[in-house]
Amino acid sequence: MINSALTAISAKPLTQDTHSCWSCGSMRAAHFCESCGKVQPPVPVDYFSFFGLPPKLNIDLGTLERDFYDLSRRLHPDLNARAGSREQEWSLEQSSLLNDAYRTLKDPIKRTQYLLHLEGVELEEQSKSATEQARATGETKKQIVPPDLLEEVFELNMELEKLRMNKKVGEDDPSLIAEIGKQKQSLEARHEALLHELRTYWKAWDTLIDRGPAADAERAQVRDKMVDVLNRRNYVRNLVRDVNAAMED
Amino acid sequence: MASDRIVGIDLGTTNSLVAFMQVDTPVVIPGEDGLNLLPSVVALDASNQPVVGNAARNSLIETPERAVYSIKRLMGRGVEDIQEELKLFPFRLAEDMQPGEVLRIKLGDKTFTPPEISALILRQLKRSAERFFGGPVTKAVITVPAYFNDAQRQATKDAGRIAGLEVLRLVNEPTAASLAYGLDKRQNGIIAVYDLGGGTFDISILKLHDGIFEVIATNGDTHLGGDDIDNLLITIALDDIRGDLDLDLRRNAEAVQAIRKAVIEAKIELSSQPSIKLDIELPGGQHYQREITRAQYEQLIQPIIDRTVGPCKQALKDAELKPEQIDEVVLVGGSTRIPKVRALVKELFHREPHIDLNPDEVVALGAAVQANILGGGSEVTENMLLLDVTPLSLGIEVAGGVTDKIILRNSTIPASAKQFYTTQIDGQANVAIHVLQGERELAADCRSLARFDLKGIPGMAAGIPRVEVKFLIDANGILHVSAREQRSGKEAEIQVQPSYGLTDEQVEGMILDSFDNAEEDFRRRQLIEARSETSTILAALEKGKKSAAWGQLTTDEKKQIAKMEKGLAAVNAEEDYQAIRKAIDALNQGTMRLAELMMDTAVSTALKGKNMDETDLGEAPTAPHPMAKAEFE
Repeated sequence: MINSALTAISAKPLTQDTHSCWSCGSMRAAHFCESCGKVQPPVPVDYFSFFGLPPKLNIDLGTLERDFYDLSRRLHPDLNARAGSREQEWSLEQSSLLNDAYRTLKDPIKRTQYLLHLEGVELEEQSKSATEQARATGETKKQIVPPDLLEEVFELNMELEKLRMNKKVGEDDPSLIAEIGKQKQSLEARHEALLHELRTYWKAWDTLIDRGPAADAERAQVRDKMVDVLNRRNYVRNLVRDVNAAMED
Repeated sequence: MASDRIVGIDLGTTNSLVAFMQVDTPVVIPGEDGLNLLPSVVALDASNQPVVGNAARNSLIETPERAVYSIKRLMGRGVEDIQEELKLFPFRLAEDMQPGEVLRIKLGDKTFTPPEISALILRQLKRSAERFFGGPVTKAVITVPAYFNDAQRQATKDAGRIAGLEVLRLVNEPTAASLAYGLDKRQNGIIAVYDLGGGTFDISILKLHDGIFEVIATNGDTHLGGDDIDNLLITIALDDIRGDLDLDLRRNAEAVQAIRKAVIEAKIELSSQPSIKLDIELPGGQHYQREITRAQYEQLIQPIIDRTVGPCKQALKDAELKPEQIDEVVLVGGSTRIPKVRALVKELFHREPHIDLNPDEVVALGAAVQANILGGGSEVTENMLLLDVTPLSLGIEVAGGVTDKIILRNSTIPASAKQFYTTQIDGQANVAIHVLQGERELAADCRSLARFDLKGIPGMAAGIPRVEVKFLIDANGILHVSAREQRSGKEAEIQVQPSYGLTDEQVEGMILDSFDNAEEDFRRRQLIEARSETSTILAALEKGKKSAAWGQLTTDEKKQIAKMEKGLAAVNAEEDYQAIRKAIDALNQGTMRLAELMMDTAVSTALKGKNMDETDLGEAPTAPHPMAKAEFE
């Protein structure tokens, strides 16, 4: 019933210079008018375009933050509180779009997921609620165990089950806890390694973007690798979460 | 300009304040009694007229069934989630309350919803501001605990509307405090605001950057504060009395309120004294006496103040910061005067907290700063902008009663999320949506915000319609929902059924002072107030004439006074409040020496052991005539 994946926003880049200010007619208008400062009606754009960025994954976070602050000073409802009701409405929409875009782009994983989404890839929903939902409705969650983890995961799940049983009857098994702790550490190290791997694909992706449509086929390959890394990364992250939950309970 | 008169209001659990930005400094506007703090207590007097503040506080002890305090605890809540409150607070619900209905509280034999009671407090503050400006005030910024949910925020906004105030913005209390603090310091860095008030606790972590106040994370507990300490001490006293004197006073509202008053005083003293002696006269003339040392007291309250630790740690975790990375810690709220609380904060953040701004006033001052920004700013606020966050995740109930989170907590607001819905059977015209707020996985454990019915979906085969629903949290932290069927481009109709809260029509029917009549209402009220001041000053003058001081005036002075007295009496019969005020001012001036002579007598009497409090004379311009204040019984 519900498509709970990333929100769909048209991936069409904004051709900013074709818009003229509704108030003064100047052609220097995107989110706000460079001439008179008025907030402009929001145009559906992707988050990268909102910040005037190409769809690349290496982003200078300092510049992004500075742009976020600068745009906030123009678009925020507090600074348009005395404008007409139509402008206030635009200000609210523009500023929520700005915040959504900044929140997505500043986080490396969210940024990658969003870019993949723009590329038409919907990642497996790995959120905790999706897990709960699958559990509640009795459906099996579509989740592929990364082959290199199969053995480890099997063992870990057995141990976690044992831990839960122990907790139920009030027993304490320090060696089991130590063993799980060790596995958790190894999972965390693996998580770090996956992030590192992801960053190497970022670099490849950004270079290919510069080469334009000629590199489309190569880009598709990098895209698929990123999907694979993200799926494995999500899987490992969920495992760490499960371990933490079992230890805390 | 009247339109620029936007005030900042701190609508607190225990005390409320109104402030305004005077040129480049925020100032608290005192009330009629010359005091900055208005106790958030509402009562009905003998003629069923509402009274607010200190006047109502007296009624708490004399006629407790006609008074209510700490109403903020009930804002935006349903009968099923206040069972704990009902055990600890003397709230009296209407007998015919239905589950799911907005609470109705009994005062005497009338009933009021929590927003209506809050509106009475707001109206009192509005009047103080109007007296200060000499003109109507219709716009305000009101602060709320950062951890308030959608329903609690909406209830606060409703209260403003009922009081005849357009609420331009709800600002989170710790964030407001940071504005006042930032205006003062003008430094970049990371600050933590620890706000422990009368009934709520908030922790907010902010990044200050060239005038931008960006909240990174917030957490809290909307039912934790000084009230809880009071209730603990009351319970102990009641148990003691039952054990030692075999007297069960739990059902005796007057006695409980007398004990409450005594333990609150003890609590305050224990912040500066090593020990205190409680001595409470009980019905029947017996006395309850007990000595409490600081150490005992701190041991007692430890479990309460420890409840602030979890939210602080969570906020740090969400902000991805270690305590060492916090540059400053600012304390807000009356309960941060407790040394044990300060010690706890120091331990949590590894540094000495800031206490240089008055913790009772800093939130209202910050609200005034925000009001100034919304009004177009001034030289000092020109560069300032607040970027706040939503304290709780917003979710939708999905199959299996699970919450699917669509806007995560600590997202900068305004924030939005889109969801797509379709139908499950051919020709289905409606889709039901349940919106939730909270961090738990199961819908049943989250706060139900509203149930929506998407209606009028064009008849299509199952799965074909594509309804886009946009959820938008505005800068007040309040949710708005809109929907569109994408294949037909038709706006889908949304019927909002707020889970807790008043409908627009209900609020409309409760409005105390109509906006349209603001000027006329103001004039009429001014006239009533001016006339009442006339009778006060004339009565005081009568008293003055009988005093020894009168004999010390020259014949000329007496003649002048008589002339002004006559003048005042004449204009008082007319309708022009400004003329009356002028005549009052003239008489005020003319009797200054008389007042001084009387004061001298009063002070020397006071030095002989009379009550010194009564000689406290308040400040201009809103203080009442000194002669009225200097009266002695």
